[in-house]
Amino acid sequence: MTAVAASPYLVPSGLMDVLQVTVLVLVAVTATAVALTRAPVRQVVVLSVYGLLLAVLFLAFQAPDVSLSELTVGAVGLPALLLLGLAKMRERGK
Amino acid sequence: MTARQRRWMFLAAAAGLVAFYLWGLVRLPGFGHYPGPYGDIINRVAEGQTRATGVVSAVNFEYRGFDTVGEEFILFSAALGVSTVLRRLRDEAEIPAGADAPALESPAPSEAVRQSALLFTGPIVVMGWYLASHAQTSPSGGFQGGVVLATAFILIYLAGQYLVFERFSPVSATEAVGAVGAGGFAAIGLSAVFLGLPYLSNFLPKGSVPGAVSSSGTIALISFFVGVEVAAAFVLIVGELLEQTLLIRRTG
Repeated sequence: MTAVAASPYLVPSGLMDVLQVTVLVLVAVTATAVALTRAPVRQVVVLSVYGLLLAVLFLAFQAPDVSLSELTVGAVGLPALLLLGLAKMRERGK
Repeated sequence: MTARQRRWMFLAAAAGLVAFYLWGLVRLPGFGHYPGPYGDIINRVAEGQTRATGVVSAVNFEYRGFDTVGEEFILFSAALGVSTVLRRLRDEAEIPAGADAPALESPAPSEAVRQSALLFTGPIVVMGWYLASHAQTSPSGGFQGGVVLATAFILIYLAGQYLVFERFSPVSATEAVGAVGAGGFAAIGLSAVFLGLPYLSNFLPKGSVPGAVSSSGTIALISFFVGVEVAAAFVLIVGELLEQTLLIRRTG
């Protein structure tokens, strides 16, 4: 839309490309880190960081709505549920 | 199958996957070049038709509102399923509240965790309501707002104990709130039918100023109900898991 083109917040496209590529690489690295982390509790923490990075990725690709959802579900909700599950399993194992 | 055969099978399958993937990539439109007509049409007409400047919300709660009803009931069913699966079984017993229950007290959160949780609870509640009530003006909406609101309850648990969490969100009340949220969405759709319009038509006055908080008719109202439903469903799921972890013990 024309209103967007006139925005003072517009970032030069070259800079935007750098940001997007950087975040994409970070997401790929963190995703690998999630898969390679063996201890479940640590894996949940890394997964939470991965969720946070995904939120940044969505923001960099101009999807703030999805970014908000990912921020709460991926970085907070899912890790919280997984930690509770792990706590329950530890309780069972006693 | 030997390890050697397995490796060859994997390599063959991986090569096939890579080939198909690359073939698919070749036919994709260039990065950032959107070929379809719908996005451009929506961008042009949405603000005039719905008076919502949050066009994503206009799409979610109006143009494809019927899809969103389905999505909302997915979460509703998930919460229902969790509370069914995690009920107290016959060979399990609940630790009585107030009794000698060391599991409820431990592990005690550190003072730093408690203070930060207390500090953030208020702002998070404001943020949640802000997001849920501003779907029509900016990138936000009931789903995001609802999940943020639910996070406030997790903070309450972190700041105190499970019993405090339970006092703030008793299961029966949370279930009722969730049902009101899910039913409210469906009821708004049905109200349109009773007025002789198609299901989920935007029958409320849309206001004259695009992007005003009071604009966009049913979009704002639906977003509110979705926020309430999502918050309740999330709190219910977390609450059931906490109860399972902290209160319920196998007796047999």
